[in-house]
Amino acid sequence: MSTMTRPIATTRSATGIPTGKLAVWWVIGSEIVIFGGLLASYVMFRLGHPEWAEYASHTNTWFGGANTFVLLTSSLFAVLAHHAAEHGDGKTAAKWLLGTCAGGLVFLCIKAVEWTGEIQHGYTITANGFWSFYYTAAGIHALHVIAGCIIMLIIAKQAWKGQELQRVELIGIYWHFVDIVWIFLFPLLYIAK
Amino acid sequence: MAEHQEHADDHGQAFYVKIWAILLVLLIVSILGPILAPHMEIGFLKAWMITLMTAFGIAVVKAYLVAANFMHLNIEKRYITYLLTTMLMLMLLFFAGVAPDVMRHEGQNWENVAAEAEIERALKAEGAAAAHGEDPSAGH
Repeated sequence: MSTMTRPIATTRSATGIPTGKLAVWWVIGSEIVIFGGLLASYVMFRLGHPEWAEYASHTNTWFGGANTFVLLTSSLFAVLAHHAAEHGDGKTAAKWLLGTCAGGLVFLCIKAVEWTGEIQHGYTITANGFWSFYYTAAGIHALHVIAGCIIMLIIAKQAWKGQELQRVELIGIYWHFVDIVWIFLFPLLYIAK
Repeated sequence: MAEHQEHADDHGQAFYVKIWAILLVLLIVSILGPILAPHMEIGFLKAWMITLMTAFGIAVVKAYLVAANFMHLNIEKRYITYLLTTMLMLMLLFFAGVAPDVMRHEGQNWENVAAEAEIERALKAEGAAAAHGEDPSAGH
């Protein structure tokens, strides 16, 4: 591990938390406002428009449930990667991160199949307000899954070489947040009918 | 770091698998909730209340389990929890400020004619479609 190229954020800590980790918490703070604003808007429209209940009845609970299972399991893999990194085992951490990433890919594949069927039935993003929220919320969430997978692959490569193991925890925190967003999207879009 | 290491030792892999198993049980309950709710109505306990509890109550519990045990917020510096809670409060503030205008369609000096017309149109279309066995919400 080269100490010459280590960024200041990796080692400096003015707040009692490593600066890199603090930055991730700030990102998550901002994300809460982004997703929170979107979901709060959805809830107020849903409560103000009784006709949306019929629209929402066409989402498929089993697709949503399967994806919840996949994300919860990938979160387990992410925390196991962190556990391995804490014990200095970069190779095991990398393997768990690849497992997490695979979970993200399965999630996206299920979403692709689900959306294809819905779009073919005419439930497009312009069909009505409900479907606009549905595709916007789940779409922004899916973009976070894609971003997380890309970052995870980079960190897994470093961890495999035993470098920057502290980053395994950072991507894990982000991934668990993406999981939590889905934990709320699931009842909002799939269960409340 | 020492505190963290200690925590990692206390919480071995089996601990994380246990949390995951609890999350899966909660997921199953949240899926079965709306299916079983109509059969579980007792007295004042209506089906929609059971659905709300099993859907959103469980979502809150699941989110807590992930945040506390997987994100390790339970052993993180306290001010991170305060930071995240503040952001959630901002979300509630936004809701409180905007929801009355969105959820209601008329007030003392205003009326949202477009929203009222859309609700009337959509409910009528849904009623007519139900009579013909069609789906009114799909775009064409």
